[in-house]
Amino acid sequence: MSDPKPRLHLGVFFTGVGPNLLWTRPDFASHTHIDTFVHVARTLERGLFDAFFLGDGLRVRENRGQIHDLDVAGRPDAITQLAAVAAATERIGLVVTQNTTYNFPADLARRLASLDLVSGGRAGWNVVTTDNAWTGANFRHGGWLPHERRYERAEQFVEAAKALWATAPGEVVERRTDLVDLRAAATVPASPQGRPVLFQAGDSPGGRDLAARHADVVFSANTEYDKAVAYAEDLRRRLAAYGRSPDAVRILPGASVVLGDTPAEAEERAAWIRREQTTGPRAIAFLEQFWGKDLSGYDPDGPLPDIDPTDEELDPSRGTLTIELRTGKLERIRQWRALAAERNLSIRDLVIEVSPGAHSTFVGTPGQIADEWARYVRTRAVDGFNLIPQLLPGTVEDVVDRLVPQLQERGVYRTQYEGTTLREHLDLPPLDARG
Amino acid sequence: MTLHVALELDGAPDPADIEALSRTARAAEQAGFALVTLADAPLPEGRVRIEAGVRAAFLARRTERIGLAPELHATPTEPFHLATQLASLDHASLGRAAWVIGAANTTEALATIGRAPLEPEALRRETADVIEVARRLWDSWEDDAVIRDVATGRFLDRRRVHHVDFEGPTFSIVGPLITPRPPQGQVVVLGAANLGVTDRLDVALVGGDGPDAVRRRAELARAEGAPLVFAEVESALTGAPDARPATDRIRYSGPPEGLVALLTELSGAVDGVRLHPARLDEELPILAERVLPAVATRAAGPTLRDTLGLPRPANRFAAV
Repeated sequence: MSDPKPRLHLGVFFTGVGPNLLWTRPDFASHTHIDTFVHVARTLERGLFDAFFLGDGLRVRENRGQIHDLDVAGRPDAITQLAAVAAATERIGLVVTQNTTYNFPADLARRLASLDLVSGGRAGWNVVTTDNAWTGANFRHGGWLPHERRYERAEQFVEAAKALWATAPGEVVERRTDLVDLRAAATVPASPQGRPVLFQAGDSPGGRDLAARHADVVFSANTEYDKAVAYAEDLRRRLAAYGRSPDAVRILPGASVVLGDTPAEAEERAAWIRREQTTGPRAIAFLEQFWGKDLSGYDPDGPLPDIDPTDEELDPSRGTLTIELRTGKLERIRQWRALAAERNLSIRDLVIEVSPGAHSTFVGTPGQIADEWARYVRTRAVDGFNLIPQLLPGTVEDVVDRLVPQLQERGVYRTQYEGTTLREHLDLPPLDARG
Repeated sequence: MTLHVALELDGAPDPADIEALSRTARAAEQAGFALVTLADAPLPEGRVRIEAGVRAAFLARRTERIGLAPELHATPTEPFHLATQLASLDHASLGRAAWVIGAANTTEALATIGRAPLEPEALRRETADVIEVARRLWDSWEDDAVIRDVATGRFLDRRRVHHVDFEGPTFSIVGPLITPRPPQGQVVVLGAANLGVTDRLDVALVGGDGPDAVRRRAELARAEGAPLVFAEVESALTGAPDARPATDRIRYSGPPEGLVALLTELSGAVDGVRLHPARLDEELPILAERVLPAVATRAAGPTLRDTLGLPRPANRFAAV
């Protein structure tokens, strides 16, 4: 499939916590200060990005029962933070991650509609679910939702939110099932884009179906070219099954970028970032997740632990793990041992090799990466990327100042904003009657 | 004789217009109001209302000194989200957040989350619990929890981030908050004295049909532990009759000089007042020119606690 008028869409996915951000740099900007967020958002506007996209997590990460202390932690409520950013920006889309398992549909729909209205139609909602009761310990409903029903609730939740957004203030919307129970009405009129743009990130079959049915944007994990092509084909099949056009959804996988003046310099820098992200204590903590045991006595620069792991399931308290890492722990550890033995890897070397994110980083000169992305978008493997910064400040400025001009030269990136809403930035088709 | 003066911003001519609301909030800031409050409800009640927390957060970047107090209801929401939302408002406003505690309990309000109304004592208990858990969560990160210790690779000192382990009859919360401690330590909590949770408040709001009733209720609120007491006052300064339904608040209709005299009298009994103008846009310039200069405390800032003379609380979890 090739597109006569390809356009690459870029967002920044700011996790706000976790191992990506290198907090050890002396110039590390406060990860909670509103000025940091306003600065990033304005920089993205300068770079004509579609969206500034915040992550969310409803419990502070732990490692074996104790607060995990090695990563950036602590973040503001995304809706509140982006409502403040809305007052200080004009064009950038503002996307919040919000959980359907531990929110009430009418309450969340109302806060999202409010963000959408005050931003003049720039809001988006990344719909996520939680599959562990550990997170539920902060909420009225606790661990009430069985694992296999979380997407069923998400589906009903999103459908109820869309119904509330599609009605005039005061009109009653009622839903009564064993998963969603509400009688409510919108309190605000629709924004200029009609309703918040819906993002969906889950890569499981349930997540893909939710995306095909309801999402406007998928934030997939399939960044490598062949995987991206396969994912796009799968999604378009699912879209057709729900009677939606193949062009109804933008595919924006997560990705990191490391730029250099020469290919060698970029590679060197990327290796340095990986090593900084994977400190010795972090490498040990990563393995502890899988071993289920205290490994603090092992040298991160030495060989893998000689003790056997527990056969318990993975501890969910470290926060999100990619789907492929969640199951088959013992088999995975066996593969790691083989890999480490074959290539003589230390604990830290191994973790650098196998931890998530290792294969979703674009490394090169701005020209190289622009060529690569132009190919992705011309073949419709993706519609763009959600970039995950490692340096704050640094990554965002680098992409805006050095990579964006190269993309513009290749004719795959806008040279000015043509619309004012997030929906317009994303070139999404107008809403149909169902919203 | 001076008072802290708060202004209720509900009742703007076009409530969906956030830019108009921003101009009103800036005018209130210039007039010398200590804070604005933003009434809210989970249902429209015949009017358009942007969710109050979103309104307040937007105003955080459009104002510089004035306190921002959204009304957030304890009952039709998740207590954990409320605490996060308010801590985040305090971060976004650099220490100007407050919370008007709401306790919506109608069948319609609670049906928005599939709940039934609570009996009076259960409502009082849940309201108290939601404030209590918010206060614990705001303390769950000590001020110096983020250490960024490069030598050991530790971003946090985990001994300074605490579970709160709250258990009540209608909900329980383990914590900690996902947001570091708010700049004010504790967000300023305002609430009506008749909610029965005065011992959990920073500012008790009292009604009464006249200064004597206000004085009696203020004394009671202080005895119950409220650090500050504000009187609720409805004003109609434009000469047009006040057509609002009767409430339990002092109501004043007439020229601004009479309002100054009333507020002067109240200043012997309370620390502040919250004004509810009948016609916000028309009365605000009159209040700015002819009322506030005579009665209002100058906003000290930079935080709302500084302005109100409330100390920044010590952290309950900090090792002594």
